[in-house]
Amino acid sequence: MTIGDLGIVRGVVIDADGRVEVTLTPTYSGCPATEVIRADVLAALSAAGFDDVHVLTVLAPAWTTDWITDAGRRKLADNGIVPPSPAPPARRVDVALSLTLPSRDDEVRCPRCATADTVLVSQFGATACQAMYRCRRCFEPFDRIKPY
Amino acid sequence: MSEGTVDPMAPALFSYALRLGDDALILSQRLSEWASRAPEIEEDIALTNIALDLLGQARALLDYAAVIEGHQRDEDDLAYLRTERDFCNVHLVEQENGDFAHTIARQLFFSTYQLFLYEELISSTDELLAGVAAKGVKEAAYHHDHALQWTVRLGDGTEDSRRRMQAAVDRLWPFTAELFDADEVEKELAVHGIAVDPSNLRARWERAIHDALASATLTVPSTLWTSHGGRRGVHTECFGYLLAEMQYLHRLHPGASW
Repeated sequence: MTIGDLGIVRGVVIDADGRVEVTLTPTYSGCPATEVIRADVLAALSAAGFDDVHVLTVLAPAWTTDWITDAGRRKLADNGIVPPSPAPPARRVDVALSLTLPSRDDEVRCPRCATADTVLVSQFGATACQAMYRCRRCFEPFDRIKPY
Repeated sequence: MSEGTVDPMAPALFSYALRLGDDALILSQRLSEWASRAPEIEEDIALTNIALDLLGQARALLDYAAVIEGHQRDEDDLAYLRTERDFCNVHLVEQENGDFAHTIARQLFFSTYQLFLYEELISSTDELLAGVAAKGVKEAAYHHDHALQWTVRLGDGTEDSRRRMQAAVDRLWPFTAELFDADEVEKELAVHGIAVDPSNLRARWERAIHDALASATLTVPSTLWTSHGGRRGVHTECFGYLLAEMQYLHRLHPGASW
């Protein structure tokens, strides 16, 4: 899994003088990995021989799970993490607030036994971007990247 | 806004970024107090995740406020070195956690407000505020969903959970009116499409909260008194204790970093 797969890298530009500018966008506002990723990008480019590297962090347009690539989704699934369904629209002004987010209607299949008979345990998981589920057939708990 | 230009809007924009940032920061601090103390492990994780989202929003907003101010202060200076009267968060977010029902009532009231606020702020002509809102709205939707689920479960639950949830709603109700106070800061910025005039959010918030309380078989309080003054730096008694804990380490070890 790469930060490109996750849609965190928004652009890489190398100018004629060899100056590299990498544009990153954080996932969730408080994602604690943001600064680690930034440092790792600097270290990786330095190790690859680039001395003049600048990492920009942009908030807009806001990261969405829709930017996770098909390859990224496959890698998540291969690692037992269910990839997200399409993100809900950011603006719901005209929609009545219901007891259910769109994501609750999703069919979420157990990564082990593939049944859709799963239950959402919590919309908040081990990281900001994950929700916790449990399979009702094989009883295994599992994580899912929640639509964002 | 380009650097180096003197923007006549800067003082108001500084105040506005600080207000939104302080609301997020102080609620984040309160929710963090639940770490290792929540009723169940999933809630421990949920409340601290919500705290983390709010902290991220606060950092972006306080960093922006510091840049606008241009006095060589940074986000940490604003969070850790201001005194009580310099903070301009609303009273609701500083109220003590109380029992779990109180925390959920506070979350329901605030996340509903913040969701509606961010939905509007996405259209701000200010690029940074629009950017914070575009991310924050996705987070607030999950916070709101969490609070709503619990409000219904507790309100329409056992006799004891219903009694506690109603007591929490009643106790915190007087602090909700302040969310919709608009002074010259919001009004001036709203004219230019930069800020959201919070008084315009009130009707929609009341409908949503009335619906939520009805779903939870709870009664909308009829309390008359309301609490105001947070935006002017006048706070309730519990705020000083919160700040003392939040700022203790930074003040004890000035300039320390990881």
